[in-house]
Amino acid sequence: MDAPASRPTCRVGLFVTCLVDFFRPTVGFAAVKLLEAAGCTVIVPPQTCCGQPAYNSGDRAAARRVARGVLDAFADVDYVVAPSGSCAGMLREHYPELFADEPEVALAAQRLAKRSWELVSFLVDVRGMTRVDARFAGTVTYHDSCSGLRELGVKEQPRTLLAGVQGLSLAELPGAEICCGFGGTFCVKYPAISDRMVTDKAEDVRATGAGTLLAGDMGCLLNIAGKLSRLGAPVAVRHVAEVLADMADGPPIGAPGRG
Amino acid sequence: MQATSRAFKENAGAALNDPRLQRALGNLRTGFQERRRAAVAGLPEFERLRDEGRAIKDHTLANLDWYLERWEANVRAAGGHVHWCRTAAEARDAILGICRAVGARSMTKGKSMIAEEIALNGFLAEHGIEPVETDLGEYIIQLRDEPPSHIIAPAIHLTRDDVEATFREHHDELPAGRPLAEPRQLTDEARAMLRRKFLAADVGLTGANFLVAETGSSIIVTNEGNGDLTQTLPKVHIVLASLEKVVPTLEDAATILRLLARSATGQEFSSYTTISTGPRRPEDLDGPEQYHVVLLDNGRSAMLGTEFQDMLRCIRCSACLNHCPVYSAVGGHAYGWVYPGPMGAVLTPGLIGVEEAGHLPNASTFCGRCESVCPMKIPLPKMMRHWRERQVERGLAPAVARWGIGLWAFLAARPALYGLAARLGAGLLGRLGRRRGRFGSLPLAGGWTDVRDLPAPEGGTFRDRWAARRRQGGR
Ligand code: SF4
Repeated sequence: MDAPASRPTCRVGLFVTCLVDFFRPTVGFAAVKLLEAAGCTVIVPPQTCCGQPAYNSGDRAAARRVARGVLDAFADVDYVVAPSGSCAGMLREHYPELFADEPEVALAAQRLAKRSWELVSFLVDVRGMTRVDARFAGTVTYHDSCSGLRELGVKEQPRTLLAGVQGLSLAELPGAEICCGFGGTFCVKYPAISDRMVTDKAEDVRATGAGTLLAGDMGCLLNIAGKLSRLGAPVAVRHVAEVLADMADGPPIGAPGRG
Repeated sequence: MQATSRAFKENAGAALNDPRLQRALGNLRTGFQERRRAAVAGLPEFERLRDEGRAIKDHTLANLDWYLERWEANVRAAGGHVHWCRTAAEARDAILGICRAVGARSMTKGKSMIAEEIALNGFLAEHGIEPVETDLGEYIIQLRDEPPSHIIAPAIHLTRDDVEATFREHHDELPAGRPLAEPRQLTDEARAMLRRKFLAADVGLTGANFLVAETGSSIIVTNEGNGDLTQTLPKVHIVLASLEKVVPTLEDAATILRLLARSATGQEFSSYTTISTGPRRPEDLDGPEQYHVVLLDNGRSAMLGTEFQDMLRCIRCSACLNHCPVYSAVGGHAYGWVYPGPMGAVLTPGLIGVEEAGHLPNASTFCGRCESVCPMKIPLPKMMRHWRERQVERGLAPAVARWGIGLWAFLAARPALYGLAARLGAGLLGRLGRRRGRFGSLPLAGGWTDVRDLPAPEGGTFRDRWAARRRQGGR
């Protein structure tokens, strides 16, 4: 991978995200590999979750308790990078608002917000990465997760890097910008509506003919993978970082494990 | 209108299982969305206009009392009357009073969501005045005795077949074998039926897209021209408007009009834009003898100065509905009151109470598409979140959810304990799910697994595997 030599090295705190930590550690290791290739030193402070489930449920007090831990844990890194547009969006767009009436904490939240990035946009927009050293044989399609797309402007960056993966071709997904129906607790609070949305998404994915679906957020990926397998659609599902880091040789999300 | 918002889930379930409705809703994705996209692409200054529109409304709302008084003075100067109404009941009474004073027997109506909000039609009928909807969509649903399901396309929940069947049933004086297969034939038939009503009406009622402070004018936009016949043919014209419709100048209205039609139907401009100022003057060729504005608050002024004030910028373009994946899945009736979709999810709790409409701001994934297309840049998801906060503050959120979040937050604020719980959970599910890679059902996870599989964890959390790798000194 071409780590831009002109860039100074930097200390990145990896915000693993609770879903990657629990469901798919591979994505965390892929993020580490990509960040190191981009010339960063990666540290993983003790952490749990960004607090979004409480925040979006209207429980600001609980969200603040969780968010304070993040502010402390990541106080002295140059950047906080998450393999998720949703969690990065929480840190970047919502933390300052969450602490708006506690000026001292708000200041820390604003500082953290400015340093927080979604993984792929960090690689491209901050570290100037233009290509990766990876191979992937096959056609993929790409779903633009809502928070990354609309809160953080993640759209071209993953496509830029995917274009450099040897052997990979991208079939654009019609309706790629339409929500998959995950929405955090929405998917279990309103399962019938969520089902309708993810069914539409799965059908759109299937119609591209691509063998693999990629996206940048585990929430969406678990939702879509779960629906594709329920429908019996033979589409593999992976986090985009796995492909970019050339670590897509293990079983895809929701596929039988090795051994 | 009796709210059924409490039954949102049941309403939504029924809507999802209604194949005719689903067919009708299919038009949203192809129709409204695509046309708006093309219209916006064709206007390079669209983004700048959004900022201008927002600034106009913010300024007006910050000085609302001043502009309303100025507007009222100018209405009076032009010979019109203003009726200030705090509640729906006051507005209904004001309208009835105007009708009674001229001995009215029938009223033609242009499209007005405020009329829905105050449940005007039923009230008029009870008092011996026949309300006649003149907008084609409203006319159709009036025949069917249904509320609108969309704020600018009230009959969007119906297919062409439904409309044909409705006309055959209700226009039973017409020959049974007449051809009605073409949309054009349906329109012509409605037009012929309405013509007689237009001529017989004593009072015409319209809504208003804008009230203009500097001139005391009201402005409506339509695509059918029905609004013009409604307001010029009868002796009396009543404008029914909510108080946030006021803008300072005609120029300001023109700025927002450029946003409105593009955001709504993807047109550059609606077919008819009509400005009315007072009753007919001696030199005018036509127009009503009386011009009244019934100005409704109904809870809006209570939103001023709160975290919901931005909602009062809304110009009812419907872009947020048209781009909402939840609205396009369940349609407008599921929301259970006048205003559906994202704008309804914010406005309805403000108008009928969050106790009544609590589901609405919760039934959103916060995908943010509504805000991204809203011409007035209203932060809809943020305000839905504020409603959720109010529910939590008042103890209205469901107990299971409160407990779940509480337990989760307890763990999430304690990394070591959380790490342990995650290790146990991921380890167990990883082992159980290894062979198939997913779960078709799982205790306590029915909300998830009823409709989709749950992919199994790889087994072993990232943090544990990272720590192990560090211990081995490997990178
Ligand atoms: S909230 Fe915005 S997009 Fe929705 S109807 Fe109002 S102005 Fe239009």
